[in-house]
Amino acid sequence: MSNRYSIFSLIKNGLSHNEKWGQAWRSPEPRREYDVVIVGAGGHGLATAYYLAKVHGVRNIAVLEKGWLGGGNVARNTTIVRSNYLWDESARLYEKSMQLWEGLSQDLNYNVMFSQRGVLNLAHTLQEVRDTQRRINANRYNGVDGEWVTPEQVRDIVPIINLNTRYPVLGGSLQRRGGVARHDAVAWGFARAADALGVDLIQNCPVTNIRTKGGAVEGVDTGKGFIKAKKVAVVVAGHSSVLAEMAGIRLPIESHPLQALVSEPVKPVIHTVIMSNAVHAYISQSDKGDLVIGAGVDQYTGYGQRGSFQSIEHTVQAIVEMFPTLSRVRMNRQWGGIVDVTPDACPIVSKTDIKGLYFNCGWGTGGFKATPGSGWVFAHTIAHNEPHPLNAAFSIDRFYNGHLIDEHGAAAVAH
Amino acid sequence: MLVIRCPWCGERAETEFNYGGEADIVRPTDAEHLSDREWGDYVFMRKNTLGLHREQWVHSHGCRRWFVAERDTRTYQFKSYEKLGAHAMEKS
Repeated sequence: MSNRYSIFSLIKNGLSHNEKWGQAWRSPEPRREYDVVIVGAGGHGLATAYYLAKVHGVRNIAVLEKGWLGGGNVARNTTIVRSNYLWDESARLYEKSMQLWEGLSQDLNYNVMFSQRGVLNLAHTLQEVRDTQRRINANRYNGVDGEWVTPEQVRDIVPIINLNTRYPVLGGSLQRRGGVARHDAVAWGFARAADALGVDLIQNCPVTNIRTKGGAVEGVDTGKGFIKAKKVAVVVAGHSSVLAEMAGIRLPIESHPLQALVSEPVKPVIHTVIMSNAVHAYISQSDKGDLVIGAGVDQYTGYGQRGSFQSIEHTVQAIVEMFPTLSRVRMNRQWGGIVDVTPDACPIVSKTDIKGLYFNCGWGTGGFKATPGSGWVFAHTIAHNEPHPLNAAFSIDRFYNGHLIDEHGAAAVAH
Repeated sequence: MLVIRCPWCGERAETEFNYGGEADIVRPTDAEHLSDREWGDYVFMRKNTLGLHREQWVHSHGCRRWFVAERDTRTYQFKSYEKLGAHAMEKS
């Protein structure tokens, strides 16, 4: 990498008043033909491009983005990373992702600020206690760390919590390796590292049609003309159904608005990630001090990148009930993203009936944590035209043969 | 919050309603001859339309009756409402 970041580059550029930092990536015009065209320059698409180039030695890759790079869900999530999923297939996939997270900053030469401050999933009812303990056991069998914590331990970890709420906290699971990462840096880090390996990142280039001929993909029509491609890989989250329709295939996906909000920056009060299924609240505190709160999905389908107010109200009520001291904290910003939800709350990382066309979608409300792992297995699927062992179970065929992986409510959070 | 016009009760707040997904999905009548592919299509596959979407709603905290609405999924604006059954009757 010509422009490698290090303590020396920091000193050198500091001495020249930080005026000589090079661009992090090029902005080339698209060529007429590529081996692989990836649609969508979000976290998953950029990670796919990076691992395709780095691990599988594929050169001649373009990533097409209709807006700006990293402007969709990778910039709109609540940045939580964990791998404590119940079922074997999911636990293995998300754990692979966790392992990649643990070396990601070094691998990309870009500080993604991955902070393993722990993820605490609270249990509020006797049934939830049993389910949580079962999940911890399942996690540990799968090599995913997890431990049961008592209400007293919860209070030690989060002193401001009110345990004796309407639904008292009876304990919880703690995954110490879980945490948060700086989401924009993840997109930028993958973009910069992919660009250094020769991947063309093309922004403001919407795909308007996927051309197929004789059951095989030919290329894509875009805002910048037709681009021929041997393989087309679609990673567009909320708009997956729209792209699928262009190719004439059907997906079991519904797109819903999902909202989040952040408060004004305050002094450190929450040192971990706290998630509560029963009252539906997720909260963590970013390094600059704002409280990051995730709401639930809106019930209706939509593409508007905004949701209804009562969804936010519901979440904030739960937050204030659990953390009464936060009742007067003012909220700074609120936004929505469009999440692609599957019937079993598990992703689709799959070949399709059309030769050379691949889909990576359906990550729903929990795609951010999977970013590196998703790119890793999708790159393998594209390069070998066969799924990686970790995503073989996540094929689109499962909706026809019945082998669903039901993470609804099982995966430590309700989706 | 959306304002939704129940065909029986008139305009009410969204919190009185529950969403019932894509409209006009008809359960196959020749179930015993259906392939896995056709069952999968019926049970799981959805149009997930970008734009005008025909969908079902139920006025759960009101008259508890179902109806079909057309709504733009980009702006969330409702374009029309019809009582459930009218369209199905027409189709059969």
